Parts: sequence; C-alpha cells; structure tokens
Amino acid sequence: MKINIFKYAAPATFYPLAGKMIPWFMWAAALLGIAGLYYSFFEAPLADYQQGQSYKIMFIHVPTAWMSMFIYVVMAMWAASGLIWNTRLSAMMAKSLAPTGALFAFLALVTGAVWGKPTWGTWWVWDARLTSELILFFLYIGFIALGAAIEDPRRAAKATGLLALVGIVNVPIIYFSVIWWSTLHQPPSLKLNESTMGVEMLISILLMTLCFWSYTIGVALSRVRTEILQRESKTDWVAALVQEGEKK
Amino acid sequence: MSIAEALDMGRYSVYVWSCYGLTLFCIIVELVWLKQHRKMVWQRVCRMVRMTKRQKDEAQV
Amino acid sequence: MFSAFFSVVRRELLLAMRRRADFLTVLFFFIIVVSLFPLGVGPEADTLRKIAPGVVWVAALLASMLALGRLFYNDYVDGTLEQMLLVPQPLSILVLGKVFAHWLVSGLPLVFIAPVMGLQFDLDGEAIIVLIGALMLGTPILSLIGAIGAALTLGVRGGGVLISLLILPLYIPVLVFGAGAVEASASGLGAQAHLSLLGAGLFVSVVLAPWATAAALKISVE
Repeated sequence: MKINIFKYAAPATFYPLAGKMIPWFMWAAALLGIAGLYYSFFEAPLADYQQGQSYKIMFIHVPTAWMSMFIYVVMAMWAASGLIWNTRLSAMMAKSLAPTGALFAFLALVTGAVWGKPTWGTWWVWDARLTSELILFFLYIGFIALGAAIEDPRRAAKATGLLALVGIVNVPIIYFSVIWWSTLHQPPSLKLNESTMGVEMLISILLMTLCFWSYTIGVALSRVRTEILQRESKTDWVAALVQEGEKK
Repeated sequence: MSIAEALDMGRYSVYVWSCYGLTLFCIIVELVWLKQHRKMVWQRVCRMVRMTKRQKDEAQV
Repeated sequence: MFSAFFSVVRRELLLAMRRRADFLTVLFFFIIVVSLFPLGVGPEADTLRKIAPGVVWVAALLASMLALGRLFYNDYVDGTLEQMLLVPQPLSILVLGKVFAHWLVSGLPLVFIAPVMGLQFDLDGEAIIVLIGALMLGTPILSLIGAIGAALTLGVRGGGVLISLLILPLYIPVLVFGAGAVEASASGLGAQAHLSLLGAGLFVSVVLAPWATAAALKISVE
C-alpha cells in the first residue's frame, strides 16, 4: 500500500493521473452547484423572519467562510507532510491551495459585508467572525507573498511550509483572542445565527460547500500540473509529452 | 409569483445578486487565469524541448 | 547548554554596544509614532486616555518589527550563522540567546519609556503600572514570534516589507491582551486575566518559537 502512495507521489505518474481527475471534479462542482442553487432558491424558505430575503446571501457566505478555514487546515497538513517526508508533491499541493483559499476568504468578507448592510445597517462590523476571517485573509496573503518572494523553489516550498505550520498553531489563539476582544467590547445583538437554520437551508449550504470543495480540488490539481510542468521541464518524460502533444 | 418579483428578492435584490454575481465572476476569472498561465508554461516548455532537441541533433552531426 | 546561552547573550550585547545608534533609532521611532497620534486625533484628554493603550501597543508592534531586520542579518552576511549551525549545542538554545539579547536592547527600552508616553496621554498611575506590566510580558513574545519571520525572510529581496506581512497577523493576540489589560483595569474589571494570558503566551512562545526559528534558519542557510 505504502509503495503505491509513493509511486503516485512521483510527478511523472501524478501528472497524467491529475489530468484525468480534473474534469471529474469540475463536473461534480458544476452539478453540485446547480443542485445547491436550486435548493437555495426554490426549496429553502423564501425569507427569514428577521433578515428577509437577504438571508439568501448566507448560501454563499457560509460555504465560502467554511472553505477558507478548511483550505487553510488542509494546506497546513500538506505543508507538514512536505516538511516531514520531504515530498515535492505535498509542497506543491500546499502552494496550489493558497490562492483559492485566499479567494474564498475574500468572498466571505465581501459577502459578509454586503449581508451586513441591510441587516446591521452598516457595511462593516467588528464582530468576532468577520474580524477573524479578515485575519485569516491576511495569513493567506503572507503565505502567498513569501512563496512569491523566494526564488529558489525548494527553499520557497520549505519556508512557506514552516510558515503555514506556525500559522495553524496560531489560528486557534488568534480566534480565541478575537472572541475575547469582541466580548469585551459588546458586539451587536443580531448574529449570523445557526440556531434558526432549517433543514432545507442546511442542505443547500452543504451542497454549496461540496460544490466549492470539488472546485477547489479541481483548481488545485490543475495548478499542481502546471507547476510540475514548469519544474520538470528538463526531464525526459516532459520532452516525450511535448512531442506527443505536437504530433496531434 | 412573477419572475420580476422573484428577482426583486423583497427589496434586497442589489445585495443578493451582487454577492452571487461577484462569486461567479471571481470563479470565472480564476479559471481563465489558470488556463492562460498553463498555456504560457506549456509554450515555454515546448520551446525549451525543441531547443534541446536541436542542440542534440547538431551535436550528433 | 546554559554556558552556550550566556555566551551568545554576552556576544550579542557587546555587538549591540558598538552599534548603539541602531537601537536608539528603534526607541525614537516608538516615541515619534506615539507622539504623532495626539496630533492626528486631537488633544482632548478623554479621547487620548481611551486610545492610549492601543496606540502604545501598536507603536510597540511596529517598533519591534523595525528592529527585527537586524536580528540575524549581520550574522547571515558574515557567515557566523553557518558556524552556529555546526555547533554541538542545539541551535534553538543559541536562537533563544540571540532573541533574549535582542529584546534587552530593543524591547526593554520601550517598557521603560512607556510611562512617559502614558503621561502624554493622561493615563493615571494604576493604568501606567498595568501598561508596564503588560509590555514587560508582551514585548518578549513579539521578539520571539518576530524571530521566526526574520529567519524565514533572511536574504530574501524585499524582506523588510515582507516580514511585516508575515508577522503582524501573528502579533494580534499580543495586541488584544496587551491593550486589553490596560482597558480592563481602567474599566474596573482588573487586568489579572489579561496579564495571566500574556504570561501563558510568553511561556508557550519561549518553548515553541526558538525551535521554529531554528528550523527556519536551517531552511534559509541551506
């Protein structure tokens, strides 16, 4: 079993495998997205009794916020495995996940602000969740900036991996401190409450989350493929690949 | 309920649709970027492979 | 192990004595940044008293950030760092010594000057004492966490700006508990909870940060 895993961890075997997997994930994302949108607009209740129809923003906001957090954790796990076993592929996975994670953090922030305008009457409230989402966005930006600044790809992979690990150790502490801070300064009473969440709403949020998951996997795999192509451009198998591609 | 009413989202149309629109826009932009970057890298790799092949051929001659 | 620690501290302090201007710059940066706020916000004593803890802490964050660039850079350039990697003592101990010495010359002066800054902002005696205590516990954490960033960005182009992007988000808990301590004591809640959390943070970062910094140095020097 172990041999198998490491066989697929070799870039030359992973490259075609990823190429076959990407369309599957993208189609799954499209289908799940359609199902999720159908559920959120036709099956979920028309309006929330407190927020009116603006609560439909939740179907984007909650999944993107979840995704931004999941992706950071997954990224740190890849980074850790890259540092421990020194596998090139894990570091590439970590690097490929970061831009999409940052994108979801950004979307969660913007949709949170747009939701806040009709609900709280203001675009931005320093509530614990929005604030920690903002900090998470900063962490992503730091990760991407460090990776972009270091020219040697091997050093970049290791340095960003270590940064991701330091970040993941700090995330719970930051989250705790932000909650502490916001209770000290008395947050607004209306929260993004999940207690009133109905079954239909939960289903659509889950469907949207799964859609974003498949999308993320597809995009990350595609980035890894490009990265492999770039780094292995001097190897024989890439040369063979290019010649095959040019015959067609 | 008419389509216009459904689109209106009970006065919140601007907020709701801008969120969905922005998300879709960002996803499309990311996909296009990905495709273009990949194309660029592929062309560069092709050029490099051709160059090394030519060098090898010349060395044999 | 302790002798290695103390010899590193002594060496760093000696070097710092020769480059006194570097550390005076950091101190004056702190003083100037804090003094700019009343000019920007206005001289009302009530407002100033309210923003004082936050202003002092943010300035301390920035000042400690400014000093970080020099933490490993000179040793990296002249090759001392490579020698340090070869020493039989664990690298994390040497790192801890370096960070401690760095804090003595760049963090501790901020703690001493803070009461004067507090007077500028019309803080009362109790608030000033809490501010000093919080800075005393918090600034070493800043140096310890910052060392990780300094090690990661060693020799990287644009490292000075990059390090702020990496490290400032990680400083947030220190800012929250540090500034919160003064606010809590002013509002009568008592600063003890905040100060204990800062102490716990200091303990954890003393244990973990030198280790991570050592790993980062190995990556950068390789």
